[in-house]
Amino acid sequence: MLLGAPGRRPRGRATESTHKGYFTLATDIDTHSAPHGTRRDFLYVAAGAVGAVGVAAAVWPLINQLNPDASVLALASVDFDLSPVAEGQSVTIKWRGQPVFVSYRTKKQIDDAKAVQLSELRDPETDEQRTKPGHEQYLVQIGICTHLGCIPNGPDQGDYGGWLCPCHGSQYDTAGRIRKGPAPKNLVIPPYKFTSDTKITIG
Amino acid sequence: MTDHTSSYAPSNGLEKWLDDRLPIIRFSKEHLMDYPTPKNLNYWWTFGGILAVMLGIQIITGIVLAMHYTPEATLAFNSVELIKRDVAGGRIIQAVHSTGASMFFVAVYIHIFRGLYFGSYKAPREVLWMLGVLILLLMMAAAFFGYVLPWGQMSFWAATVITNIFASIPFVGDPLLQLLRGGFAVGNPTLNRFFSLHYLTPFIIAAVVVLHIWALHVPGNNNPVGVDVKSSRDTVPFHPYYTMKDAFGIVVFLIPYAWLVFFTPDILGHSSNYIMANPLVTPPEIVPEWYFLPFYAILRSIDFPLLFIDSKLLGVIFFGGSILILFFVPWLDRSRVRSGNFRPLFRPFYWLFVLNFLMLMYLGSQSTTIWWVPVLGKVGVVYYFAYFLIILPLLPRFEVTRPLPASISESVLRPART
Repeated sequence: MLLGAPGRRPRGRATESTHKGYFTLATDIDTHSAPHGTRRDFLYVAAGAVGAVGVAAAVWPLINQLNPDASVLALASVDFDLSPVAEGQSVTIKWRGQPVFVSYRTKKQIDDAKAVQLSELRDPETDEQRTKPGHEQYLVQIGICTHLGCIPNGPDQGDYGGWLCPCHGSQYDTAGRIRKGPAPKNLVIPPYKFTSDTKITIG
Repeated sequence: MTDHTSSYAPSNGLEKWLDDRLPIIRFSKEHLMDYPTPKNLNYWWTFGGILAVMLGIQIITGIVLAMHYTPEATLAFNSVELIKRDVAGGRIIQAVHSTGASMFFVAVYIHIFRGLYFGSYKAPREVLWMLGVLILLLMMAAAFFGYVLPWGQMSFWAATVITNIFASIPFVGDPLLQLLRGGFAVGNPTLNRFFSLHYLTPFIIAAVVVLHIWALHVPGNNNPVGVDVKSSRDTVPFHPYYTMKDAFGIVVFLIPYAWLVFFTPDILGHSSNYIMANPLVTPPEIVPEWYFLPFYAILRSIDFPLLFIDSKLLGVIFFGGSILILFFVPWLDRSRVRSGNFRPLFRPFYWLFVLNFLMLMYLGSQSTTIWWVPVLGKVGVVYYFAYFLIILPLLPRFEVTRPLPASISESVLRPART
């Protein structure tokens, strides 16, 4: 009634006298009501908007605290010395709590990877795109199956001589590319760079 | 319910004084004792009371367990083992809680399937039903958080796989995944927040249960013949008739529960969960708890992409949709007859749906490398959704329902021939 019937001026002395406080006020407002809303409408919306911004500002830190904290982020990069890794060997190191496969691939494994036509691949990537120039014998990838996050076994597993996930049978080739099974993507290459010929920094 | 007059008369001055200020005794008498209940409720209706008891058991044992549990990644696994071995009576308390989760789901599935058979979701009980689906979702969250806390291999990898589901959401998936885990992989921050949330969810459930019972007490109970209450001859007071019937149901329900607790507390768990969580080794197979298996089977059965949606996201859409579709059942079922007892065409489809649900449960426990698992899984997914989206809406067009009894009391005195 207060704001619901703009332009209608309540008359009737009986109502006014019984609910004096409210209806005197309502009469005043309705007198000024225009198609664009009243001063009270404006204050109502403005107060609501300020309140909503305030609530959002208070909720944000409560959500943001869920993000990885500084101590987790401080471990976001690791250095690794490649020299002890022998040809044909693959080692697993831990980066950000996740396994990273570092593989020193044999000539045959590299040739096998390069011989594959891109059209055969579900997630087409060349071997060069998955290694660093001049260091293509080293394959560095996050050892987590892109299906549901299990850790594949390998290398030299499965039909493609690469990695085989024990959970749902996804198979990856010698460049860690998905070839068979339910996984949608190739094994993820983490951001890394060579700091010298035998040292890498992951992250 | 609302139009009946209260029979409560304060018996002394103190009660009168309290009744004028906080009519809590009046409220309890109206809603826990005098509440008029259809007189033909069968034992399927006792599962509401059983569920209330289960919630109470889980909250009480959970609070006690939290006094001995340590939510820290290097200590959590041992603290659970210490509860089982060293804490006085801890072996039983822990088993009551972990087995209780399973029994809770046994009861809730029976409660839901009872509602689906007797049309308890139909007008005017849509809100009651939807609150129930909300409680199911909260229960699933609580069970998942709780399963992670022992920090065994299954705990860890369940947390990994389930949080990974959110990574399939386009654009926001990866930041969202880090936000949920509090790290780049599941770890100590994840365990900490899951413990906090596991403590919180039961109290949210309790609050929604209050709303659920409120929404029940406005229209009153549905009943096996699905005919509205027409007079006081159709009802009996909740106490002592249904307090006794529920109490009997609860006692019977507690027998297999106690058997599991005392004799085989680990039979429903997985042996991998007795190995401490190791982020660098995946167990040979990851299987969720039995009560999630039908939905897990739906998730896994979708192994093909559709248009621009990849197979992983599509699986998640079906997985979520299989639960969310329950919210819409009151409007999907077009039949005006509530009870399945009077719907000859509905009944075979209903029982097929129950069998299909059990089949999906079985398939969820089997390896996808067996060729018929994904095949039957797809059949199961198709029937699951067809039941809600095709059969329930279209069945009333072809179905000739049997005549309904004139009233509840008539159906009790002269049972309709089946």
